Amino acid sequence: MGSIFGIVVKRLGLGFLTIIVISVLIFLGVEALPGDVATAILGQEATPETVAAFRKELKLDLPPHVRYFAWLGDFLRGDMGTSLANKRPISELIFWRFRNTMFLAASAAVLAVPIAVILGILAALYRNSLFDRTISMVTLSTISFPEFFVAYILIALLSVQIVIFPSISNINEQMSFWQKIHAIILPCLTLTLVVVAHMMRQTRAAIINILASPFIEMARLKGIKRMRVIVLHAFPNALSPVINVIALNLAYLVVGVVIVEVVFVYPGMGQLLVDSVSKRDIPVVQASGLIFAAVYVGLNLLADILSIITNPRLRNPR
Amino acid sequence: MVFFKLLRQSPWSARLGLAMVLLNVFAALFAPYIAPYSETEIVGDVWLPMSGDHLLGTDHLGRDLFTRLLYGARNTIAIAFVTTMLSFVVGTILGFFAATLGGWTDLTLSRLIDILMAFPTLIFALIALSVVGTSVASLIVIIALLDSTRVYRLSRAVAMDIAVMEYVEAARLRGEKIWWLMRQEVLPNAMPPLVAEFGLRFCFVFLFIAALSFLGLGIQPPTADWGGMVRENAGAITFGIFIPLWPAGAIAFLTVGVNLIVDWFLHIASGLKD
Repeated sequence: MGSIFGIVVKRLGLGFLTIIVISVLIFLGVEALPGDVATAILGQEATPETVAAFRKELKLDLPPHVRYFAWLGDFLRGDMGTSLANKRPISELIFWRFRNTMFLAASAAVLAVPIAVILGILAALYRNSLFDRTISMVTLSTISFPEFFVAYILIALLSVQIVIFPSISNINEQMSFWQKIHAIILPCLTLTLVVVAHMMRQTRAAIINILASPFIEMARLKGIKRMRVIVLHAFPNALSPVINVIALNLAYLVVGVVIVEVVFVYPGMGQLLVDSVSKRDIPVVQASGLIFAAVYVGLNLLADILSIITNPRLRNPR
Repeated sequence: MVFFKLLRQSPWSARLGLAMVLLNVFAALFAPYIAPYSETEIVGDVWLPMSGDHLLGTDHLGRDLFTRLLYGARNTIAIAFVTTMLSFVVGTILGFFAATLGGWTDLTLSRLIDILMAFPTLIFALIALSVVGTSVASLIVIIALLDSTRVYRLSRAVAMDIAVMEYVEAARLRGEKIWWLMRQEVLPNAMPPLVAEFGLRFCFVFLFIAALSFLGLGIQPPTADWGGMVRENAGAITFGIFIPLWPAGAIAFLTVGVNLIVDWFLHIASGLKD
């Protein structure tokens, strides 16, 4: 167990380092602005006095490394500064939206993961059958579709042709759980369709990879029953790649949510990020960008660690 | 000749893909000659239905949708193509460089790129665009740089296998310089996997630009581009007018086409028989 613990710790350290480097990049990216943030936002016509006052407000008069640590320290304590666009504290803006985004992503995951894994395993077991070919054709096309194409087709079908679901997913605190679910069903379906295609293809490839390995052939040649080969020999080894596929796709889901949120005008972080980019509200962009990146890196990290822990070869080192 | 031989052996799916891509390329190249109107000309009422005068109807400002779609092909495909080219130039040079030199250079570059790749591309692009502002040039550079990390990974892996070959060693002992090694020895042998990757990366870049334009942060109006056209006409759908589906469908059409070809290419490259 010693070695596997070592690998996990090393991986955790690397993940932590990644987030630190990303935070430096986000911070430096804004530093690299020609002129500085103050002049960029106020424009060329601003008087030197306004620029100076604004620079002070943004704490631009301090040296960069001091500001970086101050920014990061405040961020970790939950104080993300104030939005330039509406002067409200960013944490207030983000907290509610972050919960909404996670709600949407989680609902899509609950729907997508079982479907994708089951379809992927079936396609791998009945490889090259009509079922497999149909599914791989359908998923290949779904992968090629931009998210908003899938979204608008769903709107056209389920919100305009047959009016059952709203095309704008407005949710608020007063709604009950089921009302919220009804409101987000279309964005949730969109995300599910897109993510299932990716996840299913990867699951299929992972299982086929396992089924083609020598120890499975060995088991078959020994005359072990097909079911037993699958449950006792293939499954434990397939677990690690499949868990990896799931976690990676959850990470993809968290980012894919950005476009879907814009289509359905869903009050989530993605919408906030896009709005802030077009308004060049840089503190909000920094904060939400860092949160997105942290969740993404975290899920990738989880994928790696789970696949290390569930990998029988690493668990029993020779 | 090799091309035609390959084409004759190709499965129907790859031929279909090729036809789909060629149709798009044709539209992109000859848009000004085929299009019945000009790119930004207002020709009628808003959201007119399909008719003889306006094959696909008109958009949210009363411009001919068919015309906009043709020009959109021209703009979107050209920008995506330039971006992918730039990404390949940067990615392969760095990748070959790392693989041929090895050692410390390789280690530093690879670690740096690992970290960049751990960052979700869309979020990175959004932050970068908020800093430099949206213009076609910054769009191309940002996406190309982000995408070159993927190209780096592949070209480094491929070049690693080539760099240990005897003929490279021989050239090295002959006293050839690094650039010569990369151009004359590594590049020709790394071509096949890179070509298949080019298709994949093009799809990715193309979808990415479409997504950014859809978010209003990519190619700016009045230039016609498919992602932006979906955004501009999005409101129509709630009135039961399916105009945004045309440009969105065009995006899907081209990517499906490229993917069908790439699938076949990967199949050949992997040497699988079934």
